Amino acid sequence: MTANNDQGAGLSRRKVLECMTWAGTGVLWTVAGGVPRSLGLVGEAHAQAAGFTFMQISDSHVGFDRPANPNVLSTLEAAINKVKAVPARPAFMIHTGDISHLSKPSEFDDAERIISQARLDVHYVPGEHDVIDENTGKLYLERYGRGTKGAGWYAFDANGVHFVGLVNVVNLKAGGLGNLGADQLAWLEDDLKGRTDSTPIVVFAHIPLWVVYPQWGWGTEDGERVLGMLKRFGSVTVLNGHIHQIIQKVEGNVAFHTARSTAFPQPAPGSAPSPGPMKVDDDKLRTVLGIASINLVPGQQRLAIVDTPLQG
Amino acid sequence: MRITLVRAALLAAKVGLILNALNALNALNARPAAAAETAAAAGTTVKIDNFTFTPQSLTVKAGTTVTWINEDDIPHTVVATETAFKSKVLDTDDKYTFTFTAAGTFQYFCSLHPHMTGTIVVVPAGGGGAAP
Repeated sequence: MTANNDQGAGLSRRKVLECMTWAGTGVLWTVAGGVPRSLGLVGEAHAQAAGFTFMQISDSHVGFDRPANPNVLSTLEAAINKVKAVPARPAFMIHTGDISHLSKPSEFDDAERIISQARLDVHYVPGEHDVIDENTGKLYLERYGRGTKGAGWYAFDANGVHFVGLVNVVNLKAGGLGNLGADQLAWLEDDLKGRTDSTPIVVFAHIPLWVVYPQWGWGTEDGERVLGMLKRFGSVTVLNGHIHQIIQKVEGNVAFHTARSTAFPQPAPGSAPSPGPMKVDDDKLRTVLGIASINLVPGQQRLAIVDTPLQG
Repeated sequence: MRITLVRAALLAAKVGLILNALNALNALNARPAAAAETAAAAGTTVKIDNFTFTPQSLTVKAGTTVTWINEDDIPHTVVATETAFKSKVLDTDDKYTFTFTAAGTFQYFCSLHPHMTGTIVVVPAGGGGAAP
């Protein structure tokens, strides 16, 4: 039960529901890079929640020390404390990129030291700040890329949901937006092939997959191709970071959502000369940083996304 | 790594200053207008500010060393579309220099924020007159 083959045709919806009934949400599990591992027993107190919850944090920019937030480690720590305070223990966490500011080993180390305090399995995708080492992402892949393909993309299944982590921050073309590339698109097409339309899909990547504001590069060149492949599925949730603010929309069966940063805010599209870090009053900073928790209740098409600021 | 980068940038900046001074002297000798001096002194630097290369198009003579300075709070890169040159990542206040030996038009962009683009137009040396 705790083992699932994520390479195969995938569990049918009915099978998943049977499994969940049997489990009574007793065991939370996940599969990363083809290696299933149990996340341990869930305490009785939490067993009343029918669905399961996972967390999203984003854009921690460890190494950033400019006026917009000279202490990004303390705000990251505050974010992790928020995660730890979530009443129903989350199944795992995703980090939608820009873990570091300059892809330095010390920055990744510091991030890991704090994020690991959540004691959750974390599934990462890189932001453009995570692949600017001399070998364009080698350091990131060494640390986070085990079991991934290409520049770090992968899929896994958890509680009947199919999760896909995509990379849209490498090989960017002059004048363009975020980019996935032909290899990744071919892989995704193949990955989705055997899945039934009723499988809930969660896709996460750093740069928004849809075009939010092209003047600032806030979108993905070939994101439309992904959305085309996802059209047939009844429940699709797209989670992104990069723009350091919450923007959401629903289009058909697809819900789009971007998370706050844990480091610094960025201006609303077009509201400033550039998308650079936005300096707010010190006592306001933690009200514009935050985390997201995503809850899935079986049978409900839409996932419930709750954004919680670090303060207020 | 970081130190050598900074040193290289400083050295390049010094070279750039000397070149600028020489250009300015040449300009003064060649023509009376103070405008020419300004054009020559400002004519080899591209500022990176507000996710924009300024000037977006820069015209220099062959042999000119162009300096890019990142004045944003976010790192950027300077990468030629046709692979003629490529900077390492430039954090705040970091500089990158490249000497254009051949005439031609060079498009470049920031590989982190590819909507940021710029052009260096290199005209043959010895053509007379400062770049516009």
